[in-house]
Amino acid sequence: MPTAVEYCSSLLGSPVPISEFKGNIRLVIPAEKIYAVLSGLKSSVGYDMLCDLAGIDYLNYPEATDRYAVLYSLTNTSTGERVFLKTFVNDPEPELPSVVALWEGANWMEREVFDMFGITFTGHPDLRRILMPDAFVGHPLRKDYPLRGYGERHNFPTLTRAES
Amino acid sequence: MAMKLDDSVFVAPLDQLANWVRKHSLWPMPFATACCGIELMATASSRYDISRFGAEAMRFTPRQCDVMIVAGRVVMKMVPVMQRIWLQMPEPKWCISMGACASSGGVFDTYAVVQGIDRFIPVDVYVPGCPPRPEQLIRAVLDLQEKVQKTGTINGREFAKRTKYEGPAPLADELGAAELVVAPGNYASGKRSRGLPIVSNN
Repeated sequence: MPTAVEYCSSLLGSPVPISEFKGNIRLVIPAEKIYAVLSGLKSSVGYDMLCDLAGIDYLNYPEATDRYAVLYSLTNTSTGERVFLKTFVNDPEPELPSVVALWEGANWMEREVFDMFGITFTGHPDLRRILMPDAFVGHPLRKDYPLRGYGERHNFPTLTRAES
Repeated sequence: MAMKLDDSVFVAPLDQLANWVRKHSLWPMPFATACCGIELMATASSRYDISRFGAEAMRFTPRQCDVMIVAGRVVMKMVPVMQRIWLQMPEPKWCISMGACASSGGVFDTYAVVQGIDRFIPVDVYVPGCPPRPEQLIRAVLDLQEKVQKTGTINGREFAKRTKYEGPAPLADELGAAELVVAPGNYASGKRSRGLPIVSNN
């Protein structure tokens, strides 16, 4: 069975950028290849568990070339190995293929990334906001979203004592 | 009796009788959303024993309660729920805002957290503290009892007079376009390119 690095390099046809920290391997995968890589790592290399799926906003980050990143954390449950895959997406319409077909557990994690960062996952069965109310506008974890919001927290009717 | 009594002479003692009965039998609705709820539970249990003041019968349906104790931060998603619970409580009813977060938002000055429940529902007693000690909540219950005794009426006339908004001045809703980005300017040192925006009260 090939290692994750060998498999990704052969699939992409070129050496994949690797960084390593404390034994954890991190690979950067182009967005258009991410589904093929994840699906191959699951079926051919034994990375059968999606531990985490998270978004990052690199606005104003030094030496950042892309706006958003999505990080997939995979685990091989028979060997205990882990691999982290990072892929970059950009405005105006950040978009990635959904991996719910591979791992059911990605469902809510993709909904959270969509809710907080506005990255859409095509092919997701039910891509709704998961934390913020349905009527909410904006994506709060984007760095250009103000800390105190745009006044959504005050946008409710007030009940006086006489009418309640 | 030969002497004719004015109507008010007859009504006043009945108000006081009702107040005396009501204040010793407050039924709290524990609207506990955070760590203040733990102190609320401690207040209800044997060591602090809120039943000494007749307020031990906590019910988890608003239809059986007459004091809503909002304990903890309230997020914007929770405000419609809180208002609905408040509306479902039968008259007469009162509200205790327990802790810094329920009263003012506390340290959570963010887009998601309401900056004081008194912006959306009427509040009778505020309890400071983060979280308040059970003694402070008991003090609030005693204060509420005093308020009921002094201002209460048998048919709730005092509530009908409270037609105005009782909360603090509204916060400015909009921030300037230059203040939209609050990300650090320098990630190595964590130094901000600009201070956090000051929200003015206008």
